[in-house]
Amino acid sequence: MMEWEVVIGLETHTQLKTNTKIFSGASTTYGAEPNTQACEVSIALPGVLPVLNKEAVECAIKFGLAIEAEIAPRSVFARKNYFYPDLPKGYQISQFELPVVGKGKLTIQVPASKNTEAYEKVINITRAHLEEDAGKSVHGAVEGMSGIDLNRAGTPLLEIVTEPDIRSAAEAVAYAKKLHELVQWIGICDGNMQEGSFRCDVNVSVRPKDTEILGTRREIKNLNSFKFMQQAIEYEAQWQIDTLEDGGKIQQATVLFNPDTGETKAMRSKEEANDYRYFPDPDLLPLEVTEADKARVQANMPELPQALQAKFMIEYQLSSYDANALTASKSLADYFVSTVQAGAEAKPAANWILGALSAKLNAEDKTVLQSPVSARLLAALLERVRDNTISNNAAKQVFEALWAGEGEVDAIIEAKGLKQESDTGAIEAIIDEVLATNPAMVEEFKAGKEKAFNALVGQCMKASKGKANPAQVNEILKKKLNS
Amino acid sequence: MINQSLKQYSQMLANKEISSVELTQTFLNRIAKHNPSINAYIALDEAKTIAQAKAADNKIASGKAQALTGIPFAQKDIFCANGWKTTCGSKMLANFTAPYDAHVINQFDAVGAVNLGKTNMDEFAMGSSNETSYFGGVKNPWDFDRVPGGSSGGSAAAVAARLCAAATGTDTGGSIRQPASLCGFTGLKPTYGLVSRYGMIAFASSLDQAGPMAKSAEDCALMMNVMAGFDERDSTSLNHPKEDYTRSLEKMIGEQPLKGLRIGLPKEYFAEGLDAGVAKVVQDAIAQYKKLGATIVDISLPNTQLSIPVYYVLAPAEASSNLSRYDGVRYGHRAAEYDDLMDMYIKSRAEGFGAEVKRRILIGTYVLSAGYYDAYYLKAQQIRRLIAQDFTQAFKQCDVIMGPTAPSTAFKAGEKADDPVAMYLQDVYTIATNLAGLPGMSIPAGFSNGLPVGLQIMGNYFDEARMLDVAHAYQQVTDWHLAMPKGIE
Repeated sequence: MMEWEVVIGLETHTQLKTNTKIFSGASTTYGAEPNTQACEVSIALPGVLPVLNKEAVECAIKFGLAIEAEIAPRSVFARKNYFYPDLPKGYQISQFELPVVGKGKLTIQVPASKNTEAYEKVINITRAHLEEDAGKSVHGAVEGMSGIDLNRAGTPLLEIVTEPDIRSAAEAVAYAKKLHELVQWIGICDGNMQEGSFRCDVNVSVRPKDTEILGTRREIKNLNSFKFMQQAIEYEAQWQIDTLEDGGKIQQATVLFNPDTGETKAMRSKEEANDYRYFPDPDLLPLEVTEADKARVQANMPELPQALQAKFMIEYQLSSYDANALTASKSLADYFVSTVQAGAEAKPAANWILGALSAKLNAEDKTVLQSPVSARLLAALLERVRDNTISNNAAKQVFEALWAGEGEVDAIIEAKGLKQESDTGAIEAIIDEVLATNPAMVEEFKAGKEKAFNALVGQCMKASKGKANPAQVNEILKKKLNS
Repeated sequence: MINQSLKQYSQMLANKEISSVELTQTFLNRIAKHNPSINAYIALDEAKTIAQAKAADNKIASGKAQALTGIPFAQKDIFCANGWKTTCGSKMLANFTAPYDAHVINQFDAVGAVNLGKTNMDEFAMGSSNETSYFGGVKNPWDFDRVPGGSSGGSAAAVAARLCAAATGTDTGGSIRQPASLCGFTGLKPTYGLVSRYGMIAFASSLDQAGPMAKSAEDCALMMNVMAGFDERDSTSLNHPKEDYTRSLEKMIGEQPLKGLRIGLPKEYFAEGLDAGVAKVVQDAIAQYKKLGATIVDISLPNTQLSIPVYYVLAPAEASSNLSRYDGVRYGHRAAEYDDLMDMYIKSRAEGFGAEVKRRILIGTYVLSAGYYDAYYLKAQQIRRLIAQDFTQAFKQCDVIMGPTAPSTAFKAGEKADDPVAMYLQDVYTIATNLAGLPGMSIPAGFSNGLPVGLQIMGNYFDEARMLDVAHAYQQVTDWHLAMPKGIE
């Protein structure tokens, strides 16, 4: 049987986090009453003209710098002409031949699966260009009629296009997730996929393994969840392979994914038979980006995830795994740095953040910014573990209490009586008691059964109601048994 | 009262010889009398107009009068004016009332000028005779059987018939200058980008430019002082320092005020296709300029013959896209009945646009189509640069270029209506300056068989002040610009 290779390229529309639209002063706030954020430019009245929003350009430059791309000193806005009710001018202002951001790259981490280990891969970015979003058709708001809401019309988008470098649904999702993190990290997109701030079109083709020529691609439009992306690509790729193996041919097409059936289906060919008649928009001058512009944006760039990851590994001696996990989002990295700056040791801080804290956040579907346990509180908790005031187990109880908002660390330890017993005399007394009441275990240990030692430690801890310092118990018990 | 200069009106208003309301009413009365036959105005709103005149009188009374305060102007119906019907001469916008002001309207309002009404025009400024207007043709006040030129035909007839103190126009391929020539007045198309296009309904964005249409160069200079200026709402607006275009007009007196001026005469503008009567008038005007001290230089603009084909690729290309917004969805004409979305688009646009507009949308769509773009649109852009270079070369040899504005005098209504190419040739001498972005003007230079003939003056970028001086010098020793058609007193 023939082996197939799946070839994937992504086009991602990221809505830029600007206050106003890309070519007018209308607000971009999501969720307003229909057409309340549609100025004369948004509704394309006769005679209106576009004026480029500098904030949107800065977002594009930021992205270009973040993916180490060439930023065009001169790029050109073009008109993409087609008729649609939610496209008020009858054309979309976009960039065609000369985009603002040229070739760049993004390194992705593909997680381990049943058959493969985790690996890293560089995805080449072809280009990223600025364009305006369309409005929305609203069906059914008025009985039997379709309405148009132009609030979104003119919202700035950065369309990011990859080379066909991606070879699996897992890689596509890893890329999309990485990109999703990055655009939020550098503060150009709110990343809200439900509200459509981050939408992916995925081009999928298949070809016999170890061949060069690309197969005919079909484009899956408008995927707005990673789960759907995974499902859609897997279905689409298998459909193409099946079609070819059955002797069929793939027709270039735009397809939509139906989450209910898990299937992709081609749109009517009429909807895609468009000649967009691109030409440079005579209402806008070419966009010029100088070295000074780039330097100014660079000066305001946050440290990028790759750089921070390296810093975490060198400065804090974290493993590559931990460093990568802690730089999954800027807020998580900031939280880690704040915890360390509040006095916590790096390794335990990383363990707690990636362990208990992350689990809790996931369980309650919260971001780290919404964590009831602040970095300062976590650092205070870790300090009490470090100075042996409480045991690791007790710390977990304190963490739960902190999460529930029960107050400061020391007060909780006090209130719950979790303070560890570190008084040698008191611990000795407990051990003597345990040894006296468990002669059988002592015998077993002396007969060479190591397990018996652990059992005795357990008895001591139980007798101390968990408050004895386990290290001390170990030490003293060992001494007494060997004497 | 109807043939005064803007400066004279200003003085009369300042001296309280007349109020703005009286002056405005004088023109409104003339409009009421003559417009039914001439059809220069397509929107009038006497209440609004008189309210502006009253406000102007208050402004004058409080000592805050500016150059054009209280003077009534006609506005081409291509400019959006808040609360005014703004149709662009099209059925498509016959029901459209603008909810905002164009920059040009803002500028006139800011100095307290009065808006008399909106003037007729070729549909979406596409035409050279005003015959493509949905609201009917406009009569040339010099001969009612003839066209006033276009596309600013309504403004042209209003100025010529003294139905306003002066008017605004727009010029994409000659739409200010050719009507100025055919109706016998002074019209200026400024350097591209000098007057903001904000609120001016787009025909071909890279060529459209607004300018003054008035009796004299001095009037045009005063209007330019109001109209020109940087506007951040138009990305192609040029951040050129404010100028006083009247600053050196008064030096244009005495013996040989133009001594040292080099006038270039492009041989291509005096070749085949030029009416002999028009050529004679233009030659006489050149002779007058020699008397004023200018020297004549023979020049060549070798790509002149390419300007019409280039224009009729580029202008329709831009227009086909600019006019896509008229889809019946949000405003403007929508077919009464339709089956589905596509049917609504097709019927609304088929009903809303006239034949010439459709022709240009079709041409424009064709030249931008996949497979044709390089051969037409890109090639035309390349030639456009060559045409601009012709002028760059020419201005090394001369200061201004002169020639005929239009190849003939006003032609009869209907004469060219069925022959688009003959109509397009009306702009053979004016289109090149639009393609190059250069300023051009037309001034009355005499008559041929009783019809006015315009002399065209072209200048280098931002050289409007010099062009106005050159025109003014001529108007100090001639009175063609003061001639009025018979029957309109």
